[in-house]
This record gives sequence, C-alpha cells and structure tokens, in this order.
Amino acid sequence: MQHLDEIVANAQQQIENAKDGNELEQIRLHYLGKKGLMTEQMKGLGKLPPAEKPAAGQMINKAKQAIQAVLVARKQAMEAEVLNAKLASETIDVTLPGRGAKLGGVHPVTRTVDRITEFFGELGFEVKNGPEVEDGYHNFDALNIPPHHPARADHDTFYFNPELVLRTQTSGVQIRTMEKQEPPVRIISPGRVYRNDYDQTHTPMFHQVEGLMIAENVSFTQLKGILHDFLHNFFEEDLEVRFRPSYFPFTEPSAEVDVLGKNGWLEVLGCGMVHPTVLRSMGVDPDKYSGFAFGMGVERLTMLRYGVNDLRSFFENDLRFLKQFK
Amino acid sequence: MKFSEAWLREWVNPEITRDELTHQVTMAGLEVDDVDPVAGEFTKVLVGEVVECGQHPDADKLQVTKINIGEDELIDIVCGAKNCRLGLKVAVAVVGAVLPGDFEIKKAKLRGQPSFGMLCSESELGMAESAEGIIELPADAPVGTCVREYLQLDDVIIDVDLTANRADCLGIAGLAREVGVLNSIAVTEPSWENAAVTLTDEVAINLQAPSACPRYLGRVIRGINQNAVTPLWMVEKLRRCGVRSVDAVVDITQFVLLEFGHPMHAFDLDKLQGGIEVRLAEQDEKLTLLDGKEVKLNSDTLVIADQSKALAMAGIFGGQDSGVAEGTTDIFLESAFFAPLAIAGRARAYGLHTDASHRYERGVDPVLQAKAMERATQLLVDICGGSVGPITEAVSAEHLPAQATITLRRSKLDRLIGISIDSERVETILTQLGCKVSVTAEGWTAAAPTYRFDMEIEEDLIEEVARVYGYNNIPNIAPEAALTMPLHNEATLKLSKVRDVLVNREFQEAITYSFVDPDKQLKLHPEADALILPHPISKDMSAMRVSLWTGLLDSVSKNQKRQQNRVRLFETGLRFIKDENAENGINQQEMLSGVIIGSANDEHWNIETRNVDFFDLKADLEAVLDLCVDASSFEFKAEANSALHPGQSAGIYRNGKNIGYIGTVHPSLAKPFALNGTAVIFELELDQIITRKLPQAGDISKFPANHRDLAFVVDEKLNAGNVLKFIEKIGGTELVGINLFDVYQGKGVEEGKKSLAIGLILQDKTRTLEEQEIAESVNNIVEAVSMEFHASLRD
Repeated sequence: MQHLDEIVANAQQQIENAKDGNELEQIRLHYLGKKGLMTEQMKGLGKLPPAEKPAAGQMINKAKQAIQAVLVARKQAMEAEVLNAKLASETIDVTLPGRGAKLGGVHPVTRTVDRITEFFGELGFEVKNGPEVEDGYHNFDALNIPPHHPARADHDTFYFNPELVLRTQTSGVQIRTMEKQEPPVRIISPGRVYRNDYDQTHTPMFHQVEGLMIAENVSFTQLKGILHDFLHNFFEEDLEVRFRPSYFPFTEPSAEVDVLGKNGWLEVLGCGMVHPTVLRSMGVDPDKYSGFAFGMGVERLTMLRYGVNDLRSFFENDLRFLKQFK
Repeated sequence: MKFSEAWLREWVNPEITRDELTHQVTMAGLEVDDVDPVAGEFTKVLVGEVVECGQHPDADKLQVTKINIGEDELIDIVCGAKNCRLGLKVAVAVVGAVLPGDFEIKKAKLRGQPSFGMLCSESELGMAESAEGIIELPADAPVGTCVREYLQLDDVIIDVDLTANRADCLGIAGLAREVGVLNSIAVTEPSWENAAVTLTDEVAINLQAPSACPRYLGRVIRGINQNAVTPLWMVEKLRRCGVRSVDAVVDITQFVLLEFGHPMHAFDLDKLQGGIEVRLAEQDEKLTLLDGKEVKLNSDTLVIADQSKALAMAGIFGGQDSGVAEGTTDIFLESAFFAPLAIAGRARAYGLHTDASHRYERGVDPVLQAKAMERATQLLVDICGGSVGPITEAVSAEHLPAQATITLRRSKLDRLIGISIDSERVETILTQLGCKVSVTAEGWTAAAPTYRFDMEIEEDLIEEVARVYGYNNIPNIAPEAALTMPLHNEATLKLSKVRDVLVNREFQEAITYSFVDPDKQLKLHPEADALILPHPISKDMSAMRVSLWTGLLDSVSKNQKRQQNRVRLFETGLRFIKDENAENGINQQEMLSGVIIGSANDEHWNIETRNVDFFDLKADLEAVLDLCVDASSFEFKAEANSALHPGQSAGIYRNGKNIGYIGTVHPSLAKPFALNGTAVIFELELDQIITRKLPQAGDISKFPANHRDLAFVVDEKLNAGNVLKFIEKIGGTELVGINLFDVYQGKGVEEGKKSLAIGLILQDKTRTLEEQEIAESVNNIVEAVSMEFHASLRD
C-alpha cells in the first residue's frame, strides 16, 4: 500500500497536468471514486488494530480533503480559463462609433430666446406672441408714434399699404395683451421683426424679445434692478453695465443699456418706463399704475454670447454652422 | 451732429478733459459715436511767406521759391502747387518735420534745384481727404508760428448721435447749454455788434398759412461782394462740423445754422416779383429746386412764393430760380419759424432730407429768428460788405407754440424713479435746463423753455430730472410682486417638447425668411395668392410665405451646394394666407415643417447606407404626434398636393380635419429647387396639435399574452391602414396589440395582390385565455377581414 503522502502528491501532480474537465473527472474517479484509491485505503483500515483505526482514519480523511480541494481549485481555474477564452473571443472595438440617430440641435436664436424667456419666466413673466403682419395702430399709433413722427421715418418699415406693415418691433403684442388683461401684468414677447435694411450688420428680418411689467409702483430703480440681474445671468459674468439716457416714443424716461466688452461699451438693449400715452392706449390709468418695458435684439446677444461674427449666418441655415449648437 | 470741441469750448469751458466731456454728454443722452482729430499728427510745420517765386528752369510744373519763416535765412523750396504765388502765407514743413504717415521731410534736389522743406496742402496735414493746392493762410498769419497752434489743430470732431427729441442740441448754442447744465457753469455767447441799418428797402411779407408759419422775418441787403472769400476760421469751423465751404453767402447761412441751430435762406432780391407769400402749394404746382430737379408739389407742402410763383419749399429746400447765383449783388435774407407738423414727413415725401428740414421737423426755437437774422447780417457785412435794410417781421402770435406750463408732482416723481431726489436738486436741474420753476403744494410747476419741444408733460420733466441726476446714480432694486401662481395647462403641448422630439431624431432647426421668391413659391403652390411686399429688399424676397416649404427647400439646396448631402431640417413659424375673415385680412398661422434628404444615416461601419423615403419622415412625424397621447385621433390619407409626388403624398388628419401634408417632393421640382436626390417633406398646423390628452393609466394584466400571426392576401391597391383600423375596431377588448410586420408581393402571391402579415396580441385582464377562446377570436377576425376586404389567408 502506498503511503498517503505519496498518493496525495501524485494526485496533485495529475490534477495540475489535467488538460480538461474530462481528464479531471477521470482523476477524481481514480482517487475519490467508489473504487478509487482512497476508498481502498479506507477499506484497508479494517486490517489495523482498533487502537490505530481512529488516527489512521483521520489521516485518510485529511488526504481525501486535500485531493478534493485541489480538484475544486483546478476545476474553477479551468472554468475561468474557458470563460476568459470565450470573453476574449467576444472582444469588440469600443472606439467604433455607436449606432442610431445622433443629436440634432435647435437654432442658436431659439436657444437664446429660450434662455431669456426662462429667466423671466421664473419671475412670473408670461410668454405672449402676436401677428407679424401688423396694422398701423398696433405697430405705431398705440405706441405713441403718430403718422408724422420722425421715429416713424427712422424705421425702415416694410409697408403693404399705409395701414399694414411687417411689424418693426414686438411691442404690438404688449398692446394686444393689455386689450384683454388688467394690471398687474408681466409678459415677455419674443418673435420675428422686420426692417427694410440689408447689409453686413443688418438683415431684413431679425428677432426681438420685449418685456413689460405693469403694476402699482413699478419704478425705474426696479427696471434697472431686473435688467442688471438679467445681463449678469445671460453673460454669466460680472460685467459692468451702464444705463444711458435715450429716446423712444413709447417710454419715458428711456434708456439704452450698454455692457463693457473687450473693445469698449456695447449696446445690448433699450428700455424705459412706459409712456403715459401708451398706458392709456392699453386702457391703463397712468395715475394708478406704472410700468416698465424693455426690448433686446436676440441675434446681437447671441453673437456676443457665442462668438458669432456674421449676422447673416443666422439665416443661411448652413448645417456646418447650425451643428455647432447642441 | 458733428461739432468741434474747440468751438464748443469757446461757449462753455468746463474744467474736464476731452474724455470726461464725451463721457459726460454720452451719459446725459447725447451719445458720442466718434471722436476724430481735425488734423493728422505732424511736427515742425510753420507759417511762412513766399518772398520769391519763379519758374523751375527744367520742369514746367514746378516753381522755385524762397520762403521766409522768420529766421535769418530764407529757405529754398521747390513747389508743384498751382496756387503757390508771391506774397502768399503758407504752411511750411521744414527739414526734420514729420508729416502724417511718418513722412519725414529731408533735404532734397528736385530736377537739380535744392529744396529744404515742403509747402503743405490740407490733405498732407491730414485735414482733408484731398486738396487742390497748398493751404492759403490769412495775410495776417504771423510768420514763424507753429501751424498746429495757429490753426488750433489740437481739436477734435465729436460726432453725437442725437435722439429725435433733442432738436435743441442741433447747434453749438444748444450743446453748450447742455454742457453748462451738466457742469453747473455759465455759458458765454459770442457777442457782436448788429450791422447798422442804412437802407429803407423792405419786402412785404404775407403769412397765408399762419399755423404752418407763424413767424417770418425778412431783410434786404444790397451790394454784397459775391467774390468775397470765406475767412479761414469760418471754413475751419464748418469743416469741423462736417460742412464743406461753398461760397461766402452759403457758408454764412450754414455757419448760423451750426452756431444757433437755426436754418437761414438767402434769395436773389432781383428775382423776387412783388412781396413774399408764405402759403401752401397748389396741388401739382411745379418748382425747380437748387439741385436742378423739378418737383410737383403736394398741397400739404408749405412754400415761400412771390406774386407769381413758388420760390422755395419752406424749411426744406430753396429754388433754383430765386437762389443766390453768380452775379447776385442784392439779397433777401429769410429767418423764419415753421411749425414742426407743417414740415414733418414732407421732405421725405419728395425723397429729400436737408439740414433745414431735419431741424424744422424736430423744432426750431420760435423766438430765435431775430437773433439769427442779426448774426447772419453781421457776418455778411463783415465778409461780403453791403448795405442793410430793416428787418421786416410778419407774425401771427396766436399760432406760435405756446410755452407749456407743466405740473410735476413729488409723488409721481418718486413713484416713477423709485427713489426720492431732494427738492433743491430737482429745482436746480429744471432751472438750469431753462425752466421757470415755481413750488406748489404737490410739487412744482415749470414753464418749459421755448427751445425744448420735448417738454410737454409731467413725465418729460421726470426724465430730465433723472437724466441730469444721472441714471447710474439711481440704485438697482429688484421688483416686487405678489407670488401669484399662474395657471399651467398640462394639456397644452409646449412647442419646446415638439422641438426636442425632432432634435432627438437628428433634425437641425432652421430659421428662414418669412418672405420668399414668388416664382419659386408658385412652383410649389400654384394656387397660392401670396401677400406681396410692394418695396422688398429684392424680388426674391418679396412674397410672404404661404408655407414653410419654399424656404426649407432653398436651405436644402444651399446645403447640398456646400457638400452637405444629408440634410434634416425643421422650422416653426407663421404662414400668411389672405383671408377676408381674419384680422387685417390675413390668416397668420403657426406651422411646423420638416424636410429630409440624402441617406437615412450617416455612412456607418455597421449600417447599410440607403436613401430616405416617405416612411422615414413619417416615423419622425408620428413621434411628434405621439406627444398628443391621442394616436387614434390622427389619420394619414392618400391625398394629392401640388408640391408632392402624386403617389407618395398624404393629408394629415386629426379628428377628421386636415391639418397638413406629408410626402415626397414632386420630382419635377428637383430642378427648379436645385435638389440633388429625393426630398421628403411635411408641414402641419401647430395649433392643431397643441392640445393633447392627459395620460390615463389602466391596469396592467397579470396574465400571459398570446401572440398570433396572420397573413392576409388582399388587393394591392388596398391601404393597409384600413385593414389595421378595421381589426382594431372589431378585435374586442382582448385584442391588446396589433402590428403590421411584413408586406409582400411576388412569388406565391397572386399578381395584383399583396400579402399583409399582421401580428396580434390577445390578452385578458382577469384570467388566462384558453386556447379555444384564442382560436375563436382569431377566427372571428379572419372572417370579418375576409368579408370586408375580400381577403384570404395566405397558405
């Protein structure tokens, strides 16, 4: 009869050398099977004196366990190898592009309009839209621009006839809103506007966002406050902002607002306290209520924000330009 | 308005730098657009006198001169200017001088003659774009002085962009007044002695339209020297205000216009027949203007006429026949107040815009006429000589603008500005601006100065107070408002959601012009009666769009020209349809439109490349419509559209109403729109999809779903959608899913027929369906479909 240690050592050796699961199973049967070597050893116990049996039995069990442990370890290793080989064969090139639709994008003008309306929306300003072919009353008269007003000549207006124009500003929307609503109101109206002018810095169509707030005790300090906050939000920079007196027929006092850019002051919006004549055309009593209004050119703000150099590129719809905005 | 800083400082000279001055006026609402030096950078240019002047021996066009610059020795200079002559005072750049453009003057020889400097023209000193000869300095210019100092060339031209309300600043006097207020210092007007009246000649003046012209002053001046030369100081002042010198008489009227902001006009006295009539033109009355153009006048236009005809367009432009011309010695000088409303818009109606009309339509001080007349007379006599007659004044006092007396309430002032500016400051500001201020219980009353046409109401005064106080001295305070939550309607679909769906399906949003090429639009929509712009930018931007397709297809073609072959664009915006029942006769409806062309995907290592077709875009559109959670309300019906392929176009319907179209662009349009490949396009009315259903959650069945596939053979012309709708309708509650997964024609299917493979899912919410029940349901469906569509099951 072989010495137990020798058996274990042989088993270990064979298990190490086993090439696959089958061979491993043969080895298991050879040592641990019903007719295996270890069973034989157990049978051999009977021949021993009773006093030696327990110790010898223990030895054999230990040897069995040792073989068992090596077998399991080898089996697991073998399984891992197989899995690894399978996984290795399934390796893909993860740097290849993905499949399916890519992301498109909204127009940069829309992006800016969305940002602006979101800022003011959070303050309870409601978005209002209106017609683009507008009558003389809503585009001019109601805004304190009577027929012979020089400002009416300053607008390069597209006229269909003396009483019908392509709107030169979105202010008409304010008038239309106030025809249906009572103060207090807070509205913001983005949209297309038109001027008969076309060169490097003018397109005959562009976008404006105008805001209006009417309530009791709305003041110029508040107009300054809200626009300050807006500009800091829009540019996300602590820009220097200045309010410069100006003139618009529909506001008084009126101001233009400049921000200090790298190359000096840049005009970014116009604003003022709603003119009493305009309040009256809105059906609002100027002695009870006051209001402020402001307007800004969307393209100009977009150009400043994203470094767009040519105004005309907004309407060429060149995919190479548009795809930069995700 | 352009003005010279030095001229302004003759009137008012605050102790602030040039930069401070321009900043100050900008922040007062007189925005400075530009500050330009009146001359270039140069050194060592001195006043000299030509003391010898002779022909160059070897060059016809050159002269050899000796110049006295006040030193011991005369300088030899060779000069090519025609106007160089003996005795002339000139600007001499001596050796070592550096002229604009870093041009250094060195000793030179010109055709053998030595030259130790250069006689300068205005262009060489950066005072003009071009010049005909060298500068001719006045005879009394002191020899040897620095030209820069002598001509005060350390001056700048300040260009202020005046707003339409500030006509009072259209002259040095008004600008000075403003600067005086901003610095709280006094303004010094130039003084002169009025020319002595030595004649008795007068021309009668008849104000026939006194509301349009309530004041008209005239004066006869005889024996002026038409050849008198405008003095250099005046030429320079005019130049620094952007006005070119013409001749002495014109220059003087221009000078007064710039100095006081008051237009003047001079008539040739000999051309007047009888007295002056200030009247409205007769309709179609003819007048030849100073520039030689003949106009037919409208009856709303004020004219200056004599007994026989119109002589000038009042306040706008003089006439040729009555103007001062060569040989004129006697003149009739006009200084008048024309009401802004009588001038406004008139110049524009004739395509004119003049310095005079610009001022009159904004408002000229109605009390300034006599002063302007005296100033012009004095300058005329000084420069051109002549004898002066008395001023004849015609006035209609009742038609002169009334001086507004305006109430300013403390409460309103504080409410509008938002802070309280102390009373003393308010009163000082208004007083300095020229108002006569008195204190009342509620605040103040202020009588506006005659030159401020923009001071009429309380808010005008509030603006003035705020402006002079300084907008940037007013604090920024966040507005306060009640936190009222506005109503939010979940069933109203937000446009941003629609955009997001398309963006997530690889569309780029486009923005195209609302006006398009009418010819192209007619090719798409031959029936369209578009609204046409009478004065467009160009013809191809003259028709208001009746759909977004013209602009989108144009964008597709432009992109393809730039090698962008795969294009997916969408746009939202108004279309404009004439409609008698709509406001202003135009139905302006917001549309959503999309177009695709080129391959379905970007070329990909793992996806086969194919071109897009109808069903690609239909899926995109269906995804948008899915936002409405109301799929059964939508229907696509084969329907022709002039812009679309007749066999590949559908009307989009919601609840039985047409809301748009989708289809393959008609092949005949590929050429006119320069399309490369097949484009698929849709458009629908946004307001028709803006209402959506709110989700209603049902129970989810716990019992197994049973899948059964059927293949029906039907007529090939039958629309599959009809079959699906029909099965849905008759399928009963157990039919929870239906999917058309194959359409087949060919081997095994009779010619003229097609096979529709349809998957059904049957499931009950309360129990597991028995095989027998399922078979029964399927059988019912098969039978019904067979009956309805003459269909048979495919073997």
